[in-house]
Amino acid sequence: MTVSLGTLVIDTEACKGCELCIDACPPDVLRMTTDIVNERGYRYPQLLPGCIACKACTAICPDFVFQVYRYEQPQQHGEAAE
Amino acid sequence: MSGRTELPVIRTDAPPACAARLVHDFTPALIDVGAHHLCPGCGEPIAMRSMVEQVEELDQVRRAIAVFGIGCYTAYSNNLDIEVLQALHGRAPSLATGVKRCRPDTLVFTVQGDGDMVNEGLQEVLHAAARGENITCFMLNNGVFGETGGHMTAATVLGQRTKNTLDGRDAAQHGYPIRLADLIAQLDGAAYVARGAVNNAVNITRTNRMIKNAFRAQLEGRGFSFVEILTMCPTGWFVDTLDAPAYLDEALAATHRPGVLKDTSKPAAPVSALAPVVAPESAPASAKGTTA
Repeated sequence: MTVSLGTLVIDTEACKGCELCIDACPPDVLRMTTDIVNERGYRYPQLLPGCIACKACTAICPDFVFQVYRYEQPQQHGEAAE
Repeated sequence: MSGRTELPVIRTDAPPACAARLVHDFTPALIDVGAHHLCPGCGEPIAMRSMVEQVEELDQVRRAIAVFGIGCYTAYSNNLDIEVLQALHGRAPSLATGVKRCRPDTLVFTVQGDGDMVNEGLQEVLHAAARGENITCFMLNNGVFGETGGHMTAATVLGQRTKNTLDGRDAAQHGYPIRLADLIAQLDGAAYVARGAVNNAVNITRTNRMIKNAFRAQLEGRGFSFVEILTMCPTGWFVDTLDAPAYLDEALAATHRPGVLKDTSKPAAPVSALAPVVAPESAPASAKGTTA
């Protein structure tokens, strides 16, 4: 069971795959795709449960890929959730 | 990490369906088009974002005039929703001086790189600072001429690899780097001098505060304000995008030390302004030659 305090909208087509967000994320819930790329051929980040809506990813992103939302109520993700 | 990869990937192609508040949007309101052709991992869009966000936070959108130098960041001159003037290479502080003297009610700031400001137009910025012109200058310092191929600038730190110093900058052959913020801090006309970095979220927050204080110095009419921002250039440094923030800390920030060097709104500022130059704690022995 993992709790998320927030979530992201990721504009995957804008990403250039620099991976700065991966290191910047304090709860370490962003990971790069391994075999999926966007139209321009770059890998892009995906979100795992556990986001704390701290805005570190959107602060460091040079390509303005992220939009950060903070939940009114923390959301729980079960082991078998979608 | 193996357990982490089994967690489900959350859908991030649309806003959440449940009650949630937008806390940070993709692109700052003052950047019209977020897409740009700068390299992956570049620090300059991060610095641009900081600047325009502070213009907006201080409610100076209608009064802001940016003067751009020449460099990779010049690509942004078409994307901003504020007035932008294009200066000749290195001459932005002089152009900004003219704008500010004609229109004293505006918020005038220059955006320049280290090649533009330290190599091409060193005298422009030094004289503007010495005259105490009521403008704000930002220098995006990545230690290379990024736009024209990544060769060495006067601010390149010792040991840094660039296109024409492939074995690292050597003091015997290329001389010592110029620490511009330290230089400007010694001029009486400068009201606020600081050096920030954009290599992690904490430094970005600090840099945001420096930019805001620099704008405040201008709005209060206290004189020249200057913020040097260390930015990543993984392409010019020959490092991986992921290694660039650490390289900035180890190489650039060791010579160009981040911090507020001068703030006339606070007492006893001139002493701290000289501190990084006079007594570097762990600066290399060669750095002493710079001040000699």
